[in-house]
Amino acid sequence: MKIAVLADIHANLEALRACLSHAERQGAGLYAFLGDLVGYGADPVACLDLLAEYSIRSALLVRGNHDEAALGGLCEDMSFVAREAIYWTRARLSRTERDFLASLPFTTRRNDSLFVHAGADAPGSWNYITSSSQAGRSMDAARATVVFSGHVHHPSLFFAAGSGVGRFQPVPGVPIPLNGRRRWQAIVGSVGQPRDGSNAAAYALYDEQERMLTFFRVPYDHMTTARKIIAAGLPERLAARLHRGE
Amino acid sequence: MESAAHLKPGTQVATYCVQEKLREGGMAVLYRAAPIAGGEPGLLKVPKLEFGSHPVCYAGFEAEQMILGRVVGPHVPRLVAGGESDFGPYLVMEHIAGTSFAEYASAAPLPAADVARLGAALGSALHDLHRQDVVHHDLKPSHVILREDGQVALIDFGLAVHGHLPDLAGAESDKPLGTAAYISPEQIAGVRGDPRSDVFSLGVILYLLATGRLPFGEPTSMVGLRRRLYCDPLPPRRIIHDLPEWLQEIILHCLEVRTDTRYATAAQVAHDLTHPGQVVLTERARRAKRAGMAVAARRWLTALSAVPPARKPPTAHLALAPHVLVAIDTGCSSPRLFQALRDATMRVVGGEQQWRVSCISVLEHSLLTEQEEGAEIGRALHMLRLVELHHWAQPLGLPQEQLRFHVLEGSDVPSKLIEYARASHADHIIIGARGTSGLRRMLGSVSSRVAAEAPCSVTVVRAPHIAGMDANNFNAEIRKID
Repeated sequence: MKIAVLADIHANLEALRACLSHAERQGAGLYAFLGDLVGYGADPVACLDLLAEYSIRSALLVRGNHDEAALGGLCEDMSFVAREAIYWTRARLSRTERDFLASLPFTTRRNDSLFVHAGADAPGSWNYITSSSQAGRSMDAARATVVFSGHVHHPSLFFAAGSGVGRFQPVPGVPIPLNGRRRWQAIVGSVGQPRDGSNAAAYALYDEQERMLTFFRVPYDHMTTARKIIAAGLPERLAARLHRGE
Repeated sequence: MESAAHLKPGTQVATYCVQEKLREGGMAVLYRAAPIAGGEPGLLKVPKLEFGSHPVCYAGFEAEQMILGRVVGPHVPRLVAGGESDFGPYLVMEHIAGTSFAEYASAAPLPAADVARLGAALGSALHDLHRQDVVHHDLKPSHVILREDGQVALIDFGLAVHGHLPDLAGAESDKPLGTAAYISPEQIAGVRGDPRSDVFSLGVILYLLATGRLPFGEPTSMVGLRRRLYCDPLPPRRIIHDLPEWLQEIILHCLEVRTDTRYATAAQVAHDLTHPGQVVLTERARRAKRAGMAVAARRWLTALSAVPPARKPPTAHLALAPHVLVAIDTGCSSPRLFQALRDATMRVVGGEQQWRVSCISVLEHSLLTEQEEGAEIGRALHMLRLVELHHWAQPLGLPQEQLRFHVLEGSDVPSKLIEYARASHADHIIIGARGTSGLRRMLGSVSSRVAAEAPCSVTVVRAPHIAGMDANNFNAEIRKID
């Protein structure tokens, strides 16, 4: 089975659709959504409707910090724009969407893989994995061969090695064999708000049988997404950053 | 249960049957094994995983399997199978028949012509590997096999790195990875993935084949390893007095400590070894002794403060050193087309630092054999063409070391050019479009055949269009110029 792993959609419908149809063309048979389905973008309801359809068709879904924030609370640990977007999102969600978000688990497993929004060492604490030592803690806690995470909007691949934890910057479109005798932490990048200097949506495809992981970048119509953000009255900075991928 | 390191003949490993143990290295064991279902026997490799084995053993095995799965061609063993068996991980690869370079090394010093032939074959194989984004990083005679057809195959990719895949071997250890006698200065400093590291090791092999000695010995300590960062090797001509200057030039150029003064690609080394007469001799060719203490001390200080460069894929290094062929028909071209060819050449090499431009002309045999004193006239024409090529290139104002001039001979011009481009690993061919005269129409266009069949990019150049001038009719143009 080929699993398309999509993280940090952030209510960006154009990017989500572009990645889903790209993954379908690549032969994806199963979809995993690693949280932060909403927040920042102007299409939370449309995105959640689409994801609910995938959920019925046995997609794997986990919760992200923005999804949790959209359900309530003060969001004191969020930046000003993120909080603005969360307040805006809350006002748009109906009972159905709220129940859907509330039903999402922190982690989910399939075979020897673990799917989680942030570091697997404390799933509800939303630890960022930006260094080898943080990746090491996540891998140590996961009890899985491969951990798939989002949260950090930069794609990267960490692996357990003799001298600690190795780090690799994946090249889009190049399959990487993930040997089952080693432990791996994949950060798949963000569908809806890439921040690594490229404005193309990021996701990854994992071929379970071949144990091959391929990171992809998918260009999408970010101009439309940005216009919708401005039209919705969300902070303009959220629209501008989509053009530059920052 | 039997240990993977001591499998008896007849043992079944996945779908293979062990025939005999061939070699036990520090990191893995090699067996000859045949598919149970019948077919060609191959090399079965199992890593040493028992208690006490170094973790690099497995990382090296994993890296080799990963990289062999991505490379193709006659210069690498074909990966036949791999996976998990009852005895742990295994891989099966093609058994390469031929002569190990270790045998040639034990017969060294070899005559210069043999060193050049072996070195050129090795350089070609290396360049082919680098073009596939892989750096070998453990090049030594026992990892090089000369196939019966004269091509070189490289084996043992346990320390290799692929530019687009995680560096598993490199992440396993903080110590320099390589073999002490052959390792490059930057590998000692922990830099991995630069194809010029293999060029350095190629230089060590050439030195060994030409002189019978290792340029840096076989140091066992870190201090000993680092000596090559500041101490020159003894010039090869000090050991073999009649070694040609061009060979010393090539060897010492491979062994430059700084990557930016070393040969930029293995293809350039192979090209020079194939055409020794074209090698531009510098101070390296005539060097008679090592640099003195003062120079060594200065280099020692520089080496201390050197900052390792950012890692980029091997092909990104090659992209900075393209080999550009310019096909020049000195007989039938116009000054305006000549200038257009020069402009196109400058656009291609502009900004790149370590390119090489080969100016090529083909002398058609049909022109020679019709003459009575064919051979003599042929030699004279050959020389004339060479002079014309130099004349064409002079206005470019490019450094001599980066220019090469070749007059090829043959009756089929496009085939000659394509053959040369393939043998010299050309990255780009620049060729002028010729006219549409009746004769051309009948013979077909050289440039269109080159464009269709060349192993690289081709730029077909025309002189800029001028209203009222028939751009395709050179005779008309020449009359105007006259």
